[in-house]
Amino acid sequence: MAKKSLCAWQDLALGAAILAPGSAAKLKTGDWRTLIPRLDEDKCIKCGMCELYCPEFCISEGKDGFFRPNFAYCKGCGICANECPKQAIAMVMEEK
Amino acid sequence: MLKKRVGIEVSLAVAEAVKQARAQVVSAYPITPQTHIVEELSTYVANGELDAEFIPVESEHSAMSAAVGAAAAGARVYTATSSQGLALMHEILFIASAQRLPIVMTVANRSLSGPISIWNDHSDIMAERDIGWVQLFVEDGQEATELTIAAFKIAEDHRVLLPVAVNMDGFILTHMIEPVIFPAQATVDKFLPPYKPALKLDPAKPVTMGPVGVPEVYLEAKKQCEQALLDSKAVVAEVLAEAGKTFERKYNLIETNGKKKAKTLFVTMGSLGESVWSAVEGLNEDGEDVGQVRIRLWRPFPVQEFKKACKGAKRLIVIDRAMSPGSVCGPVAQELKTIFYKDKDAPEIVNVIAGLGGRDVPVADFKEMYRLAKKGKLAKTYTLWGVDSNA
Repeated sequence: MAKKSLCAWQDLALGAAILAPGSAAKLKTGDWRTLIPRLDEDKCIKCGMCELYCPEFCISEGKDGFFRPNFAYCKGCGICANECPKQAIAMVMEEK
Repeated sequence: MLKKRVGIEVSLAVAEAVKQARAQVVSAYPITPQTHIVEELSTYVANGELDAEFIPVESEHSAMSAAVGAAAAGARVYTATSSQGLALMHEILFIASAQRLPIVMTVANRSLSGPISIWNDHSDIMAERDIGWVQLFVEDGQEATELTIAAFKIAEDHRVLLPVAVNMDGFILTHMIEPVIFPAQATVDKFLPPYKPALKLDPAKPVTMGPVGVPEVYLEAKKQCEQALLDSKAVVAEVLAEAGKTFERKYNLIETNGKKKAKTLFVTMGSLGESVWSAVEGLNEDGEDVGQVRIRLWRPFPVQEFKKACKGAKRLIVIDRAMSPGSVCGPVAQELKTIFYKDKDAPEIVNVIAGLGGRDVPVADFKEMYRLAKKGKLAKTYTLWGVDSNA
């Protein structure tokens, strides 16, 4: 049988509690994605609204001033595209 | 040591026991027939007799939620409920055990609606069999008092760390005035030292309790809780033995009355056991070969201890106080049929569902059940005792 568990039941903390903060970073939510945000740099005004609204906090400002997601965490939820005041983000089907 | 024996309503005796156990948080919502317990506790808190936070919540769902939060913060927590109140707590009951929180709750057993009924049976707790709590049943006021104190010791033991429900029959027990001997406060303090949490919410050392259990974790988390519940049996036995010594009584997981090695045994849980005891005594005096087995620990079910108590019996008359509609018999009988399945010398199990919704079952009725069972005239499935029928 393939191993599908994180650890043996005896090794889980009491009541499956998480004993150290920051463990959410270990959960790479990027593989949940079916749609991927595509940025149109001609339309983008670098306002950073997408960064503010991203529920995964995975969008950050690059050296060129454009805001781009970290695809290890981006779930493809489309909130950034919905909130963009310039419709500069399109959600497109991701080819894997 | 000579202790004071007082005549007291059992609900108030339980409140006194919770006070003696030095509960630190009581969150509760009133519901008949449990109300007197938490009403008395609120008076203790208001008078300064009990140094605790009393949280008068807006529903039982909130009562259990507040209990979970307070226990997570490391407090000794108590609540009590009945019937619809227990049903309203339903989803949080599983969370309390999953988070390994040693909450103690009295369930003043009452039938579930509908039709609306405030009277006694076990349908409320039987709908919550699988919540992962330790579940005890008490039979009289003295036991209710002492096992309420013992329940904290069981729950808080680091080998257990699970919530405990102490079941006591609504009205029949909660509202009865009985003679109760209270232990000295120093005795209780020695028996039950302050609660030391294994894990608690603490800003200095942050932890996350109740996280999402993704498919890679959920199964192992459930296994951890189930194993803790199974392993708790030994601790319950140990604490009951110590409680027996401390309070000068005797408490086992399973108790027996009447003729030793009797061919027929009544099986009871809760206060109807006392009526059965009287019936068995009478039948023994008439020379009948009958005894009684009383289940004190319902979850985890003490399989070996129960089988040992039934050794040599040919027939069990199992008294259930709840229906399991659409199944083959009542919940206690189902349990027993399962544990004896394919055993050589397994006793015949006849099931009588009696006393639903507060219907009175006098001593004479149990004698009648015995006579019918002896003649093989009780149904193979179950008998809904006393139901009025045109058939």
